[in-house]
Amino acid sequence: MIKFNVKNKDHMLLLGFIGVVALAPIIMAPIGGGYPDLLQKFAIFGIFAIGFNILFGLTGYLSFGHAAFLGIGSYTAVWTFKLLTMNVIPALILSTLLAGVFALLIGFIVLRRSGIYFSILTLAFAQMSYNLAYSVLTPITNGETGLQLRHHDARVLDGLFGVTRGEGLPSTSLFGMSMSGWSGYYFCGVMLIIMFYISLRIFRSPFGMMLRAVKSNQNRMSYTGLNTRPYTLAAFVISGMYAGLAGGLMAITDPLAGAERMQWTASGEVVLMTILGGTGTLLGPVIGAGVIKYFENIFSSFNEGILMEAFSFLPEFLQHAMVTVAGLFVGEGWHLTLGALFMVIVIFLPGGLMEGIARIGNVFRRWRKPKPVAPTEAEAAASE
Amino acid sequence: MDAFLLQVLNGLDKGGAYALIALGLTLVFGTLGVVNFAHGALFMLGAFCAVTLQSLLTLERVTLDPEKLTAWGTPMEIRTPYIVEWFGDFGMTLIDWSVPLAILLAVPIMLLLGVVMERGLIRHFYKRLHADQILVTFGLAIVVQEIVKAQFGANPIPQPAPALFAGSADIGLWLGFAENAVVYPWWRIIYLLFAGVVITSVFAFLQFTTFGMVVRAGMADRETVGLLGIDIDRRFTIVFGMAAVVAGLAGVMYTPVLSPDYHMGMDFLVLSFVVVVVGGMGSLGGAVAAGFLLGILQSFASMNEVKSLLPGIDQVVIYLIAVVVLLVRPRGLFGRKGVMES
Amino acid sequence: MSKIDNSKRNFLKTSAILGVGVSAPLIFTNAHAAYRNEPKGSTVTFGFNVPQTGAYADEGADELRAYKLAVEHINGEGDGGMLNTFSSKALKGNGINGKKVVFVTGDTQTKSDAARASAKRMIEKDGAIMITGGSSSGVAIAVQGLCQEAGVIFMAGLTHSNDTTGKDKRANGFRHFFNTEMTGAALAPVLKNNYGTDRVAYHLTADYTWGYSQEGSIRKYTEAMGWKTAQAVNTPVGAGDFSQYITPVLNSGADVLVLNHYGKDMVNSLTQAVQFGLRDKQVNGKDFTIVVPLYSRLMAAGAGENVKGIFGSTNWHWSLQDAGSQAFVKSFGKAYGFPPSQAAHTTYCQALLYADACQRAGTFKPSEVGKSLAGFKFDGLGNGPTEYRADDHQCFKDVLVVKGKENPSSKFDVLEVVEVTPRAQVEYEASMLGGNLGPYNNG
Repeated sequence: MIKFNVKNKDHMLLLGFIGVVALAPIIMAPIGGGYPDLLQKFAIFGIFAIGFNILFGLTGYLSFGHAAFLGIGSYTAVWTFKLLTMNVIPALILSTLLAGVFALLIGFIVLRRSGIYFSILTLAFAQMSYNLAYSVLTPITNGETGLQLRHHDARVLDGLFGVTRGEGLPSTSLFGMSMSGWSGYYFCGVMLIIMFYISLRIFRSPFGMMLRAVKSNQNRMSYTGLNTRPYTLAAFVISGMYAGLAGGLMAITDPLAGAERMQWTASGEVVLMTILGGTGTLLGPVIGAGVIKYFENIFSSFNEGILMEAFSFLPEFLQHAMVTVAGLFVGEGWHLTLGALFMVIVIFLPGGLMEGIARIGNVFRRWRKPKPVAPTEAEAAASE
Repeated sequence: MDAFLLQVLNGLDKGGAYALIALGLTLVFGTLGVVNFAHGALFMLGAFCAVTLQSLLTLERVTLDPEKLTAWGTPMEIRTPYIVEWFGDFGMTLIDWSVPLAILLAVPIMLLLGVVMERGLIRHFYKRLHADQILVTFGLAIVVQEIVKAQFGANPIPQPAPALFAGSADIGLWLGFAENAVVYPWWRIIYLLFAGVVITSVFAFLQFTTFGMVVRAGMADRETVGLLGIDIDRRFTIVFGMAAVVAGLAGVMYTPVLSPDYHMGMDFLVLSFVVVVVGGMGSLGGAVAAGFLLGILQSFASMNEVKSLLPGIDQVVIYLIAVVVLLVRPRGLFGRKGVMES
Repeated sequence: MSKIDNSKRNFLKTSAILGVGVSAPLIFTNAHAAYRNEPKGSTVTFGFNVPQTGAYADEGADELRAYKLAVEHINGEGDGGMLNTFSSKALKGNGINGKKVVFVTGDTQTKSDAARASAKRMIEKDGAIMITGGSSSGVAIAVQGLCQEAGVIFMAGLTHSNDTTGKDKRANGFRHFFNTEMTGAALAPVLKNNYGTDRVAYHLTADYTWGYSQEGSIRKYTEAMGWKTAQAVNTPVGAGDFSQYITPVLNSGADVLVLNHYGKDMVNSLTQAVQFGLRDKQVNGKDFTIVVPLYSRLMAAGAGENVKGIFGSTNWHWSLQDAGSQAFVKSFGKAYGFPPSQAAHTTYCQALLYADACQRAGTFKPSEVGKSLAGFKFDGLGNGPTEYRADDHQCFKDVLVVKGKENPSSKFDVLEVVEVTPRAQVEYEASMLGGNLGPYNNG
């Protein structure tokens, strides 16, 4: 009975998720987010955060170096475009796989430690990748400038299949369909749905249970004679591949790969996205990613002129005062709002935004039927 | 030989700075168990105590020159610091000495900030997840940073050392080297000594006072100390304040070496965490030792001879050492069992 | 400054409405337009993409001030600034091609990804016809590539690397700022006059593309006049403490230290080099000296007293006495109370040059605008007779060699111009830096 219930709920969740992804351009338009690039970023960072959550949310291992895999994915994708073909499928596969290989190698080393020691080890590997990519690896990564396509790139496969070279730079495509603009968004959206579904299955699987057990008490797990390392390593590699895929998609929608994608701030960003949305929840990381990217792209764009307009209903002196005050929080002050938001969320909603949503849901339900909700149901809602 | 000696000096100097920053962090992170991402912001606030004092001392009376015009056609401004007007040469000396004087300003301010921060925010997070601590302190760091930026701008603001210490000392002459072989700036020598004094005082305080004893007991076993009827919370507040003061002092004294800007805290944040963890969680001595170790090895890695062998080694040496140390010694150099391992 | 006239209000209202609901159709209408973001209403939108957070936020703020001024002048408000001295008289102070100019802004964060995301927002959502701004070469090259793909014109802000109009040049991108090659050509003769031909240089170079480019140019020109290079050492970006790179300099036999650093790195390495007493020493019987090839006044202020007497180059300085510079300083100073930086000057010029090119072309279509900008010769914008070379879309103009001022009269008076190197001396063949402009893209 309960099992059926969970399954049914999962289907509803997935359907709802697909609906939101499909209608995002319309849903986001009223708040200024209905354009392809931002929605692509939502989907890509959503994938990144979902993958990160499989490691952090389930096992509790806090990696501070996941951006390295994102960067590896991007570089791989751009090199695929340069050497093989502008078709995105090989790029997608190779970037995911290569990130997986790196995750396996690094994970094998860093998972010898846990807790803060694990975090610092991952940070160290990522920072080394970033520093080297920025400087001495410039022949491979093109350093600060970032790896870009060039007109005279080899593109062997395209050559074999007789794709004619245009005068300008070629653009990425899925068998002829351009991967920028709306088609690019829907491609990312489909990937997001697939990745969300995989994550859902992992959460509900025995493997997922095992990972949760690692989080709640690794020692006890070891006492039962079970070696937890293969499980955590598998989670690490899976989340690394998610990151690689996200990195690949970034290059697919916008063929450029820069070293700063691997900096610790980028790794920190996905940590923040996950915690902000709700660690260990299915939807939370996607929402967290959306909120942070929204602030970065939309709040930073409100300048004085837009504010003046927004407060134009006020008398002039009040209008100027309001613009001055509000100006601290938007435009060049968007960081301030983001920082304050982090604090407010974590102080009032310990479970992240998902807890807020669950609470609203509870209030709504209580309001609809006077009977208090059964605790199991509330728990189920919170763990989604 | 002289090149070698110079790099040792550089390493010690760098190490002094790292150790000082890590010391404050390890007090709250290694012992109270709070992942404080706002520690870099405290370091930055310390540096801005120096900037604030300097701008207070150089508050200027602005009068308009009736004859000269600026390039855009408004009368030229004549600016004279009030303090020079009032005290003459002594005023000039005060301005010259603004960085060391800022210590007097930084101690009470940082103590207050530390106490307020602990009382108002951090104490509610002792029992929360590390993830929550990261989010809230990171948020706080951003907010603090943006406020400083709104006030002081984004560009670095020069904070010269007193003219007395402006030049450099020919240490080589004292040791029997040729002239100019080993020269080192006075201010950096002072910074090293200063770091030594601060580190020693913190150790002495925790080692030889009853207060320190209670705090150390509380770090080892908070509950038992609480059961003994000792108000450990209040003492932890003071430890946090102390950590803020140490971070602030590190910031003040570093300003002549590194012109402060609002972002300098973030630049040191990652590094200070690496130092603390390499030193070992819960060990003050470990943080100091790791600070000096990383400083010295970083200096050696930057030598041209080393760089020509291993290109880019100076870019990654800190992280490479961190990886090696943590793989060889699971809890860092001097880490205690059970701290931050859950 | 914060006064907004009626037409601007109206635009903002329309753009607010557009943002609130009809932005999806906006994209579909593009399919029927002759070119990307063809302005259909009474306004045309510029996209100002500047660093508002991060190390170059102050430079970004100054760029934005200049852009606002430029928009006012193009729309016929204020005193007209350099429009009055500009040799081309196409702009009449009534907007461009009969349309008022409005603008949207974005934050590059001095990161390629963020800068591209911000530029994309302005192109995809706000309908910007042209993107301009930025404060680093990495960002400029990244955004230039994006604008080429999207089919809008990119007017670069501060970017000094050769690559922007060298191997990474694009048909839709134009650069007013000078580059490391010109810095080398302009600086070398001045160094020769002041320090002689028998010098040994030690380079500290920021470990990324611009640093390599800068070091290469300085070495090329100083070695050609007889200087030797003792050593060139790469330093990590954002190293903060450079002591471990500075101490080997003194005993290396070098008597000149060249700091191929910009921004914060420059402030820190210069301050620390002076602290180490390098400038008080005598090596090879000569006074030891330091050179900073690329100066930014805003940043140099961060090094305080330490810049005094140190040579470098800059794109423009507010103390220039030509009519154009004076007009610009006047209207900028009146509006904001302090003189403009070279970043402000460059971005102001870029906005004006773009507007003028559209007016002369009679359209905003990138290929037509590009053709009217390429090979365009003009004067009166502060750097003497200037040409936007058709072969690589690089501006050629006089380059300023400056040095840190000994007795500054105000906190803005950090640099003094020691020589205006004539354009002929800094010109080079476009083919020298490689790259391929490719065709114009209209989106």
